[in-house]
Formats: sequence, C-alpha cells, structure tokens
Amino acid sequence: MTLLMGAVAYDPKVVTIWDGFRRHFIKHGLPFDYLLYSHYEPQTEDLVAGRIHAAWNSPLAWIRTRRLAGKAGVTVEALVMRDTDRDLRSLIVVRADSDLRNLSDLAGRTIATGAIDSPQANLLPMSLLRKHDLTPGDNLTVRRFDVGVGLHGDHIGGERDAARALVAGAVDAACMIDSNHLLFAREGVLPSGSTRILGETDPYDHCNMTIGPAADPAEVSRFGSLLSAMSYDDATVRPLLDLEGLKQWCPGRTSGYAALDAAVDEVGFYGEDGDVRAAGYRP
Amino acid sequence: MSAQPDIDLDGLGIDAGGHLLVQRALRDLPVGGRLTVRGRDPVLRTHLAAWARSQGHGIDLGGVHPVVVKGSASTARWNRAERAGGPGPGGVVPRADVRWGLAARGALVEEGGPPLHADLIERDLVWTDAARQLYVNGAARQWNPEADVDWAAPSALPAEIEGAIVQVMTYLIENENAALQIPAKFIARLHPHFREVMQVLAVQVADEARHIEVFTRRALLHCDELGVSGAGGRASLQTLMDEPDFSLAAFLLSVLGEGSFLDLLSFIARHAPDPVTRQVASLALRDERRHVAFGMAHLRYTVEADPAMLGRLRMATERRHDALADTAGLNQEVFDSLIVLAAHAWTPDAITTGWSAVQQLQKDMDEGRQRRLVHLGFPSDEAEELSALHTRNFM
Repeated sequence: MTLLMGAVAYDPKVVTIWDGFRRHFIKHGLPFDYLLYSHYEPQTEDLVAGRIHAAWNSPLAWIRTRRLAGKAGVTVEALVMRDTDRDLRSLIVVRADSDLRNLSDLAGRTIATGAIDSPQANLLPMSLLRKHDLTPGDNLTVRRFDVGVGLHGDHIGGERDAARALVAGAVDAACMIDSNHLLFAREGVLPSGSTRILGETDPYDHCNMTIGPAADPAEVSRFGSLLSAMSYDDATVRPLLDLEGLKQWCPGRTSGYAALDAAVDEVGFYGEDGDVRAAGYRP
Repeated sequence: MSAQPDIDLDGLGIDAGGHLLVQRALRDLPVGGRLTVRGRDPVLRTHLAAWARSQGHGIDLGGVHPVVVKGSASTARWNRAERAGGPGPGGVVPRADVRWGLAARGALVEEGGPPLHADLIERDLVWTDAARQLYVNGAARQWNPEADVDWAAPSALPAEIEGAIVQVMTYLIENENAALQIPAKFIARLHPHFREVMQVLAVQVADEARHIEVFTRRALLHCDELGVSGAGGRASLQTLMDEPDFSLAAFLLSVLGEGSFLDLLSFIARHAPDPVTRQVASLALRDERRHVAFGMAHLRYTVEADPAMLGRLRMATERRHDALADTAGLNQEVFDSLIVLAAHAWTPDAITTGWSAVQQLQKDMDEGRQRRLVHLGFPSDEAEELSALHTRNFM
C-alpha cells in the first residue's frame, strides 16, 4: 500500500518539498505519495475518516484532529516534528516609545493580530491577554489581519501586516511569533530597537506529522525511521530540510499543545467533537 | 576544568548583527559545547532562543544568562565539501567536476546543488598555458570605437569607390558575426574551472562586437544601404558554426580563417583610400592577432599532448573543403570590391594596381597559412596542400 500524506499548499515551495521527500522515500523503499489541500480543515477530516494515512498538521489542525478522532473512536498519533517546532513563544510587541509597561495596561487600547486561525499570532497571545483580564470587544479592541485564512497562520502575511500597523501607529500593540519578530527586524519592517516586548507566552509546540487510523503500522514505522534518519550531513536531503525549515526531525511530542487546546475552548473555535464553530472563520 | 566560554554582546541585539559574534564564539566549540551569552539588549533572551532554534543549536534559559548549546548542523553543511582545484594556474585539474557548478576555481564547494551542463571539462581539450597572458593583453588593449577612430576625417570618394568599401564592410560584418558566435557558443559549453580560457573567449566575443560596430559604422558613413551577402559565403561560415569540436573549431576559425584575415585586414589598412577605413581595419587587426595567437597556442598544446591531433586537423580541413566543393566561395562582388578598394580609381592603370595588390593578398594569405601549419607541426608539403584546400571565402 502507498502511504498517502496530506499537506496544505500554503506556498508554492510545498510542491518542491514534498516532491523531494517523495523521491527520497520511494528511493528508500517506502511507497509514498502526497495530496495537497487548499486549507487544513478538509485535511483533518480526511485523515480521521481514513482517506489519507498521514497529515503534516499545524498545531491547530492537530487539536482538531484529536477531537475528531475522539468522536470517531479512533486513535491518532504525532509521529515526528521538526526541531524548530519545539518551544516557540508568541510575543505582544509595542513601539519602543510606548507608554505601556505591562500587559494589563492594554485595557482600552487596540491590538493587531494575525489571521483568525493563527495559533501564534491570534489564539495563543489572545489567550495570554485574557489571563490579564483583557477581553476583546469589551476592554480591548482587536484589529485582525486575516491573510491566508484556513492556513492556520502558516502564511506570514497577517503577522507582517500587524507589525506594519504597529509601526504606522494604527495600533498600540501587535502579536507575532518570536522568530518573526527577529525576521521583521532583518526585513526592516521592525527596525532593531524600534519595538519592545510587553509580554510573551510560555513555550509551546508547533507542527507535527500526524498519523491517522487507516495507516499501515509497518509503513508508519518505516516512515518514522526514514524521517528520523534524514541527516543534515546529506547533500541530497539538505536542500529539502532547508526549505522545510529544520535541521533534524525529532520524535513527536504532544505535551506542547495544552495552551492552544485551552485557547481553542476559550473562544469556541472548535467544539469538543472537532466541529468548526468559530464565527467569521471562512477558509 | 576551564570555565564555560562566554561572550558579552554589550548593547548589541541579535536582530542587529549580534548573531555574528555568537556564531564566531561557537565556531571553536565542540558540538554540545555551551556558550553563555551576556548582554543588555532587553529582547536578547527571546531573540537568542529563536535564532538558536533556527540554526539547530540548543538553548538553555534556566540561568541568569542564556546559554547556547552548539548543534551539529552548523558544521554539517561543510563536512563533505571539497576544493574545486586551486585558484592559480597550477590549480587547474585534468578533469573539472561538473558538480562544482559555477563555483570559483579553488573555492570550497558544498556538496549538492545542480550539476553544470558543460561538456568541455577536460583540460587537454581546451587548455593552453598562454591563455592567462593573452587574456591580460586583450583586456589591457581594448579600444574605444568612439574615441579611437577619427570618424570626422575628411573623405570624398567617388560613389563607386565608396560602394566597393561598403561591400567589403558588409562582407566583414558577416564574417565577424560568425567569429563572435563561435566562441560564445563554446563559452556556454566550457567548464568555468578553465577560467583563463573562458576569459580569452569572452574578450574575443567583445572584440568581435566592436568590429561589427566599427565596420557597420564605416559602411553607413556616407550612405544608408549595405552591400550584398552571397549564399556561398554564408555556407562557408556555416561550416565553421557547425564544427562541434573545440580544437577543430579553433583550427578552422582562428588559425586558418582569422589567420587569413590578418592578411586581409593588413591589405585594407594599407590600400584603403580613406583614413576611417584604414583605421578600423588596423584596430581590428590588432585584436585578430591575439585571436590567432590563442588558437595557435592551444593547438600546439594539444598537438604536443597527442601528435595524432595533426591527422584530425587534416581531416577537418578536407571535410570542410568537401562540404564546400559545390559552393561558389567568395562572391564575385567582394573580390571585385577588393580590387576597386585598392585601385582608388576607374582607370586601366589603377585597376591593374588593384588587381596585382589582390593577387599579392592571396599569395600572402596562402604563405601565412602554410607558415602557421608548419609551426603546428605539419611537414611543408602537407602544409602547402592543406592551405590550398582552405575556403575561397578567406574565413
């Protein structure tokens, strides 16, 4: 049987990446193919329904997959993740000359976020703000930059627009992931020293390779071994690892998703059974 | 036990170049080695963690100062890298590796990347030690078509003498088109490892571009129409374009063709009735000498490496002769124009002078070819025979 993996086409490079991986797996004896989705929701549904065997999932897609699997009475597993998927932080950033000193000072102010379904630039940082008694629509105005809705924040556009709004003075604060704060400095969007970090989330984990109920255990085992064996030393796979943004695959762990799970419940993004409930979420 | 290495970034942020200092400090640590990073940038910990993650390093944020734990990825990229020969002439290898791609000769080349689509990868097929000096000379002696020709020099030739010059220029441009395209074609097939050869060919292309410019400009100096282009001449040039072998093409184009052109350009520089024509021919002649010198040097190199090469050169000449047996060669208009160019006037005496000058030109071309063939190692009788087989189109 061919192991069929789903991936979301958030960028044209996705084809280059998974074509390369496909060649690598087939060369090493694993029949492998991939199916591209325009967004994460049908991918999670197909994985749990057994129409695909594995899915390269965003953290939010992992949350939904687990909920859908619970309802269907099937098991899903996080097989591997990138080294760069571990221990990420989201930041609440303000201009360096801002009068804001701590998160609760944001009461009555305006904050820019990424897309509605971005874990790192909307769900997680907004959950952090709720812990500081800030309630969107009540004592906090949110300007959401809905770029690439359905891609679960994989598209950087929303975060970049939020950062630009901050620089332009249109908002008092902006949400973004730590690595993008660094990237935006290099791009000149947020010049070094022009912003300050008002607060940050606890570390959390990002994507994982989720295995669904229809996968053949022997193939999954082979799939996991081949991924783990991909070495940055090897010039044939190094360009693929560079494109996918990792140096090595690590074992999948599920301990880093609790904060997102809670954030999803706080806003009712998905129901307990994995049904999509978020108002205004139209991938 | 020595203290754990540390580095102080002072007020410098990772988002403003601080990563360079961290990277440098990590360079001498073993994989797994720990580097304490101090600094006053308020976002140092956050940025350092994000940077370390992206580079495959670990991060320990448990203490007062963040600690980077060196990962293996930073060195992995270069573990299997190899040097693409050496930068100097002594670093040229017998067979250049297409996997080196466009890397500079002597660079440390990361494994992977697309292979180069070059097929001229053997040193002996393209090389001569003289290439470097010929390139240096060529680069130093580039002339400026605008400044080095006195385009305004007075000239008032009778229309039919002017017409002969326009015809000769038209013929020269056609030949220079071939002389530009042939090296350009070989550049695209040549491994850039043979840098000096590539540079010589590139200068050759630039030379021909200038020749095309000045010949065109001279042709149009007093009229707005060019002369004729005969099918036989173009057929002759096409056989040069179609020669896929670098050494054989160098032989046919540079040694026999451009070699004959040395005499032709000298002839024009000596006999042309107006200063501009004499100047453009002299300037082109200067470059063509270098092109012939490269062809000769390369062929002497290949003949020394393999004396059987002489047989292949002979066959190439014969093959080209056979291919052109049914064509007219030099068109009558060009031949007649050369006579008129040297005659300067339409009188029997002047035409006699022009006629004998062109007779002498053909004799000079033949002797020049024979001299170069002997220099390459052909016995004189064979040189005489091969020279006679050379195309009637001169190039």
